[in-house]
Amino acid sequence: MTDPLLHIEGLSKSFGALKATDDVTLSLKPGEIHALIGPNGAGKSTLIKQVAGALVPDAGTVWLNGRDVTKLPTAARARAGLGRTFQISSLAMEYTVLQNAVLGALGARGSVWRFLGNVMRDKALRGTAERALARVGLMEQALVRTSELSHGQRRLLEVAVALTLEPDVFLMDEPMAGLGADGSRRMTGFLDDLRSRAPILLVEHDMDAVFALADRISVLVYGKIIATGTADEIRANPEVRSAYLGEEIVI
Amino acid sequence: MIRREGIINTLIFLSLPAVAGAALLLDEPFTITLATRAAILALAAVGLNLALGLGGLVSLGHAAFFGIGGYAMGILASHAQSYVPLIDTWIVIEGTKSMPVIWLVAVIASAFAALAIGALSLRTSGVYFIMITLAFGQMFYYFAISWPAYGGEDGLSIYVRNDFPGLNTLVPIQFFGLVFTILALVLWAMGRLAASPFGLALNAARQNAERVETVGLTPFRLRLVAFVISGAITGLAGALFADLNRFVSPSMFSWQMSGEFIVFIVLGGIGRLFGPVAGACLFVVLEHMLSGVSEFWLIYVGAILLLVVLFARGGLIGTLAGRAVAHD
Ligand SMILES: Nc1ncnc2c1ncn2[C@@H]1O[C@H](COP(=O)(O)OP(=O)(O)O)[C@@H](O)[C@H]1O
Ligand SMILES: [Mg+2]
Repeated sequence: MTDPLLHIEGLSKSFGALKATDDVTLSLKPGEIHALIGPNGAGKSTLIKQVAGALVPDAGTVWLNGRDVTKLPTAARARAGLGRTFQISSLAMEYTVLQNAVLGALGARGSVWRFLGNVMRDKALRGTAERALARVGLMEQALVRTSELSHGQRRLLEVAVALTLEPDVFLMDEPMAGLGADGSRRMTGFLDDLRSRAPILLVEHDMDAVFALADRISVLVYGKIIATGTADEIRANPEVRSAYLGEEIVI
Repeated sequence: MIRREGIINTLIFLSLPAVAGAALLLDEPFTITLATRAAILALAAVGLNLALGLGGLVSLGHAAFFGIGGYAMGILASHAQSYVPLIDTWIVIEGTKSMPVIWLVAVIASAFAALAIGALSLRTSGVYFIMITLAFGQMFYYFAISWPAYGGEDGLSIYVRNDFPGLNTLVPIQFFGLVFTILALVLWAMGRLAASPFGLALNAARQNAERVETVGLTPFRLRLVAFVISGAITGLAGALFADLNRFVSPSMFSWQMSGEFIVFIVLGGIGRLFGPVAGACLFVVLEHMLSGVSEFWLIYVGAILLLVVLFARGGLIGTLAGRAVAHD
């Protein structure tokens, strides 16, 4: 089974004169981590948004599990198997950590039209939520209000909520941002295991993490993919070196 | 803290039957009527609080549902008292004086109105949502004014309060008991609903719609269902309000009415289960005390509202009980 779970074909998106996504084609195969790197403003987040359904592309197609989802709204894509984390954490801030995770479990189960039973006493939902929190190491904070979490903890909670969805594909926009050296290392180990559950399209600035994790790397510059290959191929690619990696980043 | 809010809720809630009971002993039927009025207005605002507090939907058109409930009662009862069938073609539908039937009609009619209004207005948000709901409310208001069949501008009088099996509804304390029981049941259901899967998702959609979509749920549907339940409860309150006054008029549809519901919620505490009850009770007390002092008594209410908004965001209940505690 090497058919890609996620396939993006000829995706384009312009903001006025700015081509933020320029004819992008890429795929994500089962079991792999496909990293998307590129300088700030290259269009990585814009691409993720189009895959997730938050932004409508001008042209191109997104296939998820062999199904054309280009026209589907965000919620339908999530139900079709997409688990997304945001570059800037997007959580229900008044809720506790556990409530956010239970919300994820509820979404995954899809049975939201229950009006009387206490959702926090639903053993199955709670079990799913607690397992996800335990996996990212947030169980101790389960009853803390999300607004009181540190930046790094919020990133972890985003990942935990995505886990509750048991998606077929993870889309992660800079999950290491703000985690610190220790946190990054732990998250790297965690994502390394996660790929066996579902492949990850990973946008990341932390080059150590990218080169440690990625089975394939695509380099995005000015909305265009200029190279795709293994870590070694990307390191050796002269075009990538001059366009992006430059001198300030030591590989 | 959650205990403290529970105690305060209980006190506020029990103050209604306490006042009504004391008034019964002191033979002050007007005070019982006042308590009944507070309970009915509280019920209307409890309905709105589902949309506004839990769903974050600032509807300035809930008087539409209140009025629909009121006219459901007025129309059915007026046909019953004049013995003219409501519909007299190939099928014949008579009016009725039965409260349960009237309530059912009020709830269904206002739920359908909320479905239609919600389906259109929930495509907008923020100030546009406020304006569209206001516009729908005004449409009903002007329609009621210009509809001569049921009294037009003058409204409709119903001579005898409608019937409830086993009760003499004209006895103030009996009607109060009926209203209070309904309020208690609805509050119980709302408490359950807030903690239910639906409540969790609705409240999350208010906090962050993007988060809710990302887990595969559709905020629009959650909000629409909340809006329909909310409108139905306010519609039920409208039917009771009309029965309390034995009178319906277009003023039940007025935007001032919608505004008052919002004021009750803000005074009592937005999103708090008992906030609308506290707010409506406070409002009725102020109305009773101040309207004797000055015909511009609403200015005082305005000043209190201003103080609440500026210094006591949690309203009466929030000030007494402290910050809302996230549930376990
Ligand atoms: N909604 C928008 N409207 C206009 N320009 C945008 C919008 N979103 C992103 N851009 C622009 O598109 C480019 C790509 O942005 P982004 O995808 O956030 O980059 P990256 O995530 O790679 O840093 C940037 O120049 C940004 O300013
Ligand atoms: Mg970005």
